[in-house]
Amino acid sequence: MSIQLECYNLAKTYETKRGPFSVFRNLNLKVRTGEFVSIIGHSGCGKSTVLSMVAGLNEISEGAIMLAGKEIDGPGPDRGVVFQSPCLLPWISALNNVLLGVDQVFSHATKAQRRQIALHYLSQVGLADAASKKPTELSQGMRQRVGIARAFALEPKMLLLDEPFGMLDALTRIELQDVLLKLWAQKQITAMLITHDVDEAIFVSDRIICMTDGPEAEIGEVVTVPFERPRDRKTVLADPRFRELRQHIIHFLNERSHMRRSLPEAAARTPSSAAA
Amino acid sequence: MIATTSSTDDTTTPAPGAGGPRKSFQWRGLFNPSPIAHLLNKLGLGFFVPYVRLAAGDEPQKQVRQILIDILLPGLAMCLFFAFWAVCAKHVKTDSTRIPTPAETWSAWQGMQAFAADQAVKESEFGDKMEKLAAVWDKQAQAAKDAGDAAKAAASAERAESYRSKEYAGPPTFYHQIGTSLITVTIGFIAATLIAIPLGILCGLNRYFFIALNPLVQIFKPVSPLAWLPIVFVFVTALYDPPASSHLFGRAMFISAGTVTLCSLWPTLINTAFGVAGIDKDHLNVARVLKLSWFKQLTSIILPSALPLIFTGLRLSLGVGWMVLIAADMLAQNPGLGKFVWDTFQNGSTESMAQIVVAVFAIGIIGFFLDRIMFALQRLVTFEDRAI
Repeated sequence: MSIQLECYNLAKTYETKRGPFSVFRNLNLKVRTGEFVSIIGHSGCGKSTVLSMVAGLNEISEGAIMLAGKEIDGPGPDRGVVFQSPCLLPWISALNNVLLGVDQVFSHATKAQRRQIALHYLSQVGLADAASKKPTELSQGMRQRVGIARAFALEPKMLLLDEPFGMLDALTRIELQDVLLKLWAQKQITAMLITHDVDEAIFVSDRIICMTDGPEAEIGEVVTVPFERPRDRKTVLADPRFRELRQHIIHFLNERSHMRRSLPEAAARTPSSAAA
Repeated sequence: MIATTSSTDDTTTPAPGAGGPRKSFQWRGLFNPSPIAHLLNKLGLGFFVPYVRLAAGDEPQKQVRQILIDILLPGLAMCLFFAFWAVCAKHVKTDSTRIPTPAETWSAWQGMQAFAADQAVKESEFGDKMEKLAAVWDKQAQAAKDAGDAAKAAASAERAESYRSKEYAGPPTFYHQIGTSLITVTIGFIAATLIAIPLGILCGLNRYFFIALNPLVQIFKPVSPLAWLPIVFVFVTALYDPPASSHLFGRAMFISAGTVTLCSLWPTLINTAFGVAGIDKDHLNVARVLKLSWFKQLTSIILPSALPLIFTGLRLSLGVGWMVLIAADMLAQNPGLGKFVWDTFQNGSTESMAQIVVAVFAIGIIGFFLDRIMFALQRLVTFEDRAI
């Protein structure tokens, strides 16, 4: 299968008063077309930074990001982003929030067609009846559904999900994971999910990228998830391999993710400021 | 207003079952007051909410208590104020005049109303008289036309027209002066808005533009209207040559309006700049991801999210503008409330002092209503939950 996204020697460094501060470095990652990849790690490991760099919202300090064979240069609607907070415009309806992007991407289509597209995706996330409601009239979960519909409605090359369910309660989270997977399976869009929920990562992903702790975070381990698709939550949860994977990743996050920092070689490279 | 009338009807017969325990999800009173209360609150008419709730039978005791508080406390303060005023009226006096008593002020107000009514009658009489004269000349014109004398017919028709176009030249009444002042402040305020909002948007969008403009704004913002007026006077006199006859839209009005503009554009400018600069970064990220065009960003994201602050600025601006207008009217001799106060003061009698007090109340009440209107507009454009 072809490679959709490639990060090559990617690094993020912030200039601070006390010298450069390295968030992560040496990040090499290839994501196949149609693959679902999750990045997991503790806070501060730069996982959200990776995503916003792919989205083009954050400057690349070193290395390069190739999307479908072309180096990315700034943000664009070929990458649909779902932010942690849905970031809907509160003064327009759910439909108009989705239309905002649709109008941009399908500018050649007629007004009725664009409306059709927006309504289609809203109904796909179960909000056919709430299309005319303002975001204030929707629950947090419904708002994030609009966020998902907005990202998919762009029909992007790549879907970028930045802890999209982080602010939701456990039940709503499960619902939205199912909505997300259903749409993803339909559209076969390459997806990258940032999360700190191990179960979520295992259930939705093909591969899980485990990051070591920041500063100077790196890819610690890449775990391949063996479950067949489409996945059924009950079957996956009952599978002994699920528990094994879960334990493996939690063990990584608890025990091994911060090991590297104690290595003398790494310590020597860490500027005094970075330890703070 | 509907709310107040219906409440007085219903105060004696509270809605059945309203006093008892009620389920939160189903309203069992006469009608559900919540939507009306919500609307009233939104329009800045929260004062009337207890009346609506009382009419609906929603916890009548609580509402009656609230209404009593709303009426009694301001009433008490008002009484104290009138007492203080009456004492002042007794003791504060000069050789020629003194502070009028509340009663004198009231009769002055009635006198002003009577004068206005009298003038209205005279004006309509004058109109009738002119119409009669014009009719005479119309007849003559018709006769001349029938006789075939075209020149005479034209001359007569012209006479008729000249009678019809004659305006009543009586002195302006208090209501005319209020009208003139409102027109003047509207012109000045609209001009200020048209200048301040675009400049504010530019300042908010572009850091360099803001840095460039900031010193000018900071220096000119505190300048008194009285200092601006001579400069506006020169500008208006140099650039505007009004039709000779009209006293409305004359130079004086534009000098006043220009001064209002210069003093009232700053709050709108500053608030617009801050509103635009303080847009939620997440919303801008959405715009960046979607690669919205500059114009689309402006209309669909920047303006809507800055609107609440823009309206805050507009409300402040109108308040400043109305305050400035009175002073500008005085100096520019624009026939509005300011000129009225000044001319009446020159008159010097106790009765004219009473008229000035009437004007003070009128200025205050009109200012209050202007503020309420802006407040209602501000509430209408403000979305409740910004953090979505």
